[in-house]
Amino acid sequence: MQVTRRQFFKVTAAGLSASSLAVLGYAPAALAEVRQFKLTRATETRNNCTYCSVGCGVLLYSMGDGAKNAKKKIFHVEGDPDHPVSRGSLCPKGAGLLDYVHSPQRLKYPEVREPGSKEWKRISWEEANERIARLMKDDRDANFIQKNDKGELVNRWLSCGMLGSSAASNETGILDFKFARALGIVSLENQARLCHGPTVAALARSFGRGAMTNNWVDIKNANVILVMGGNPAEAHPVGFKWAVEAKVKNNATMMVVDPRFSRTAAVADFYAPIRAGADAAFLLGLINYLLSNDKIQHEYVKSYTNASLIVREDFNFNEGLFSGYNAEKRTYDKSSWAYELAGDGLALKDESFQHPRCVLNLLKKHVERYTPEMVSSICGTPQADFLRVCEQMASTSVANRTATILYALGWTHHTGGAQIIRCAAMVQLLLGNIGMPGGGINALRGHSNVQGFTDIGILNTALPGYLALPQDKQQTLKDYVEQRTPKAPVAGSVNYWKNTSKFFVSLMKGLWGEHATPENSFGYDWLPKWDRSYDLLSFFDLVHQGKVNGYIVQGFNVVAAMPDSRKVRDSLAKLKYMVVIDPLQTETASFWQNHGEFNDVDSSQIQTTVFRLPSSCFAEESGSIANSGRWLQWHWAGQEPPYEARHDGRILGGIYMKLKELYEKEGGTCPEPVLNLNWHYHDPYDPHPEEVAKEANGYALADLLDDKGNLIAKKGDLLSSFAHLRDDGTTSSCCWIYTGQWTQAGNMMARRDNTDTGLGCTPGWAFSWPANRRVLYNRASMDESGKPWDPKRALLHWDGTKWTGSDVADYAATAAPGSGVPPFIMLPEGLGRLFSVGAMYDGPFPEHYEPTESPLAANPLHPEVSKSPVARSFKADAERFGTREEFPFVATTYSITEMFRHWTKHARLNAIAQPEQFVEISEKLAAKKGIKAGDEVKVSSKRGFIRGKAVVTKRVMTLQVAGQEVEQIGIPCHWGYEGTTRKGFLANTLSPGIGDANSQTPEYKGFLVNVEKA
Amino acid sequence: MSMQSQDIIRRSATSSLTPPPQARDHKLEVAKLIDVSICIGCKGCQVACSEWNDIRDEVGHNHGVYDNPVDLTAKSWTVMRFAEHQDEGGPLQWLIRKDGCMHCSDPGCLKACPSPGAILQYANGVVDFQSEQCIGCGYCVAGCPFNVPRINKEDNKAYKCSLCSDRLAVGQEPSCVKTCPTGAIQFGTKEDMKLVAAGRIKDLQARGFKNAGLYDPEGVGGTHVMYVLHHADRPELYSNLPKDPQISATVSLWKGMLKPLATLGLAAAGLFGFLHYTTVGPNRADEEEEHEEKETEEVSK
Repeated sequence: MQVTRRQFFKVTAAGLSASSLAVLGYAPAALAEVRQFKLTRATETRNNCTYCSVGCGVLLYSMGDGAKNAKKKIFHVEGDPDHPVSRGSLCPKGAGLLDYVHSPQRLKYPEVREPGSKEWKRISWEEANERIARLMKDDRDANFIQKNDKGELVNRWLSCGMLGSSAASNETGILDFKFARALGIVSLENQARLCHGPTVAALARSFGRGAMTNNWVDIKNANVILVMGGNPAEAHPVGFKWAVEAKVKNNATMMVVDPRFSRTAAVADFYAPIRAGADAAFLLGLINYLLSNDKIQHEYVKSYTNASLIVREDFNFNEGLFSGYNAEKRTYDKSSWAYELAGDGLALKDESFQHPRCVLNLLKKHVERYTPEMVSSICGTPQADFLRVCEQMASTSVANRTATILYALGWTHHTGGAQIIRCAAMVQLLLGNIGMPGGGINALRGHSNVQGFTDIGILNTALPGYLALPQDKQQTLKDYVEQRTPKAPVAGSVNYWKNTSKFFVSLMKGLWGEHATPENSFGYDWLPKWDRSYDLLSFFDLVHQGKVNGYIVQGFNVVAAMPDSRKVRDSLAKLKYMVVIDPLQTETASFWQNHGEFNDVDSSQIQTTVFRLPSSCFAEESGSIANSGRWLQWHWAGQEPPYEARHDGRILGGIYMKLKELYEKEGGTCPEPVLNLNWHYHDPYDPHPEEVAKEANGYALADLLDDKGNLIAKKGDLLSSFAHLRDDGTTSSCCWIYTGQWTQAGNMMARRDNTDTGLGCTPGWAFSWPANRRVLYNRASMDESGKPWDPKRALLHWDGTKWTGSDVADYAATAAPGSGVPPFIMLPEGLGRLFSVGAMYDGPFPEHYEPTESPLAANPLHPEVSKSPVARSFKADAERFGTREEFPFVATTYSITEMFRHWTKHARLNAIAQPEQFVEISEKLAAKKGIKAGDEVKVSSKRGFIRGKAVVTKRVMTLQVAGQEVEQIGIPCHWGYEGTTRKGFLANTLSPGIGDANSQTPEYKGFLVNVEKA
Repeated sequence: MSMQSQDIIRRSATSSLTPPPQARDHKLEVAKLIDVSICIGCKGCQVACSEWNDIRDEVGHNHGVYDNPVDLTAKSWTVMRFAEHQDEGGPLQWLIRKDGCMHCSDPGCLKACPSPGAILQYANGVVDFQSEQCIGCGYCVAGCPFNVPRINKEDNKAYKCSLCSDRLAVGQEPSCVKTCPTGAIQFGTKEDMKLVAAGRIKDLQARGFKNAGLYDPEGVGGTHVMYVLHHADRPELYSNLPKDPQISATVSLWKGMLKPLATLGLAAAGLFGFLHYTTVGPNRADEEEEHEEKETEEVSK
């Protein structure tokens, strides 16, 4: 025992003093007690986390027991143990919600920033509404386009755009839709454009619906989990619980393929590196492996996919181009990408797979170039690693094993994003993993209600329920219905979109109410028609050109979220007015304010009038949000909005009623849709979520009888099923896929029975669209005779008259086993698509193209067509693309666990956990550049630069790609100059303004930068 | 809630002549099990801990690593420690460990503490600090083989994880346990946690981690916070988790002195001590020695 002099004195002195105190009667009183339990009689309110799409249940604890004289204030938030997905857990974002609710950056009062001013000025709500309505009306009256150049009625307003918020409730979304479309706004967008646009494009065109196929809890049933293009341990930690559950309880193997060794990789069985932007090559290589090693589920492929259908003779693929390419317009004529039809309109097929043009044989030919050598060369993934992933995936081609694929923005954020997801869809169809518990393609959506805002169609060419906004060429309702209603090319196919007219007319009844009549085609003319896409990238190009006057920005920090932040900021300066509705201070609202080098602008030169209206946050409102598994979950308010903040419905109601008043008083351009909008709320200035939710569900507007004359619903009843919708004006529904969410039996979204009916299915919890189905395409979990492929994975059975079981059949409920009705009821052919007929913009089969900014001189597959031949880019953006000579490193942006987008930077608890911008670089590059961990580095692209701390790590690897070394730079995207974290740059200063060819979701991953020690 | 209801089995600086009430010792021994192999280092536990306990640390800086805050503080009672590890020719591993109080069965902090009743051990195994009694001497810091307690400069009192003794008292699990997204932190009786650990170790061994095992070190009589480690043979890989933690020599000496003092008669010693305290003041280490000790510590790290 070694005792130093100091230690000795320490011990003796303290010993003596303590002993002496006791002797002199200073023995401490018996005060020992644990801290009082602080929740004993607090008010507990059920809500859902506002951040990601796992939709965790949270319990809000407020002061007071509900007495009228006590003002509720939330003082603690924790997980809801009853919630089937989260089971009481919250990730660091959710666990820090309290500091978001009480952030010092919460907005308190309506404010205005006058042209040229350097500061905000507090104004009254009355003044705000009056001024905003005046600006909007004057703009609309002056710039509303009633007819296009051809003289066709188009009724659109392009000089004003609107952004909805994917963190707002569905009820707010329905109000956004009504408000914007009644005014004729075409560019109505939300964050879905920036995240999972390609998902909808790819999955809907592969299986029929654009959503995650299974659900969070179901992941536990998997045998193999491939995480690629996603990082759920960081972006969806609580949903990832079920991937870990599969590992721990189902002996599953988890693999991660990612440009960096992420926190998901930290708990995976196997990690393989890949170059950002090379995922399609990897997956096409996997398809090649499955086909050339005969590792496919034959019976499934034959019965449930379009493998046997014959493709037209004029279809071909040559040197990177599919048939029908127009080099001048950079588009395809897609007519050859179709089935060969017989005289009866049905597709020809060859179930013996001998025909050279059957889909399966075309696919084999298409992917044979993707050998393991080629994959390794393009991706930088060592061949052995690639093959190991192939072998594991192939192990699920047997009937009793499944693989699930978890992905998110790592796949969507590319010019070829939708085609990467198409690859995954094809892999899972070949393996027979779609419709299977523990299988599927689990598109992990981002924001808490981005699924809902996609469902409600807060996207420029969409309408609620995946209906399309009419185009110029659809001048009449008849044109629209004819062009939008598909014909089935396969006998017996359900082809559920044959009901398009019923969904559409019911929507018109919801939108225009009694003003929608058969005589006026249910108000069809009042809807704005579109001539081209006004998605975020293209609309911002117009803003940049000074062609837009106004923007309504609700809960969307567009300056931080859009690529090329500086250009976005400079564009906003060209607006005449902008209305920001947000709970928090954002860089968007204060784009005109000088923040040193982070935002170096001259306020006096910016003439935009900016209104900043404080809104409630999730914890202060009631309503529903849709999680990634399509669960519509109802939540309740735990406190009142702070200070003068208002609910979104009240804010929109205030502006709309003021506009309506002006149109009534003054008249104006095309006032009909504004005046005829169905806004019959009990208080039109403050629509309540309950009444909007019912309106979304839909009503019987007359007594409804079935074909045998039995009463289905009385006039005025809430509908219980979208099967009851009519196209004669006797039903209304503002979002047909949500029908069933609030029926005569009550609010189905508020249900809280978490009984597991088998395989983790909890049909009594909330309401899952469509029709409360929990696993999509679940009929495909059984063979044609109705026998489950795997007896341990039986979700459904035929009871003699209908399908029943632990889930609701995603099928014609009365189509008996052996009836030959194919399982993908939302696709015209009813078959999963290995070949995507006519729908994708860039090819019926996926192909690897290099990112817009590529580290390679040319695409090794076809050097002449290196990059996407159809990706759209605007001149102003293209001028800001960099080259490999100037910017030699591949950058990828992403989210980290502690932070959620640009929201958590306002929450102290999260700021403590990740206070400051950092970038991740490999040890090799760091050594080359003389950078040590913790050094400040400057990362620059053609579009600007940011600074951050260097995290030098083994987890980012130097890759060998096509004979050259490629270094990748990891850039988390969370900080800014507003917030509680350290002030910093917006990471999106670096990313380029170009989008996925199908959905125009920007290429935030795989662009070029340079790095140096700052 | 008075002290008597607290099932205290040990109390700092309390001689055997005046022990804490002992009768309520028939209680389940609890434990928190941290399965490092399924920990994603999300820091959910870190945030939930601060939220539940109403503490907010400073917003710091990034130091070139994911660790933030970089160390335990009086206002960060648990932190995640990240270590990149690669054996020759083996795959890269990111070993992430939640650090915080281990709630030792034989707590060095409690043994070292000179202030009566400032540190308690309950029958369920929780080691809790009583701030009212804390004199801020920092002996608990020196006495802790895991370097956990921290002195708050604002009030000169020591702080650390209480295992959410307030939640436990009403039958709830600790805040960090509840929030953990992946189930890497579990809570129950120590017996049950050992069973859970055994299952996990079996799984890890089947996945090729031959040395997977439970960390429940004997040197401190076992702990009420245990780890499942893939490399139980090398705990130091996990950001220097001590391989064989022992209560320090200093503390043992101190315990050795108290007992003879008690037998010799507290009065005499007490009087002497009181005089010493009031005339000379409390003993303080001079800066040079303080510095020396720090250096030694760093070397030993």
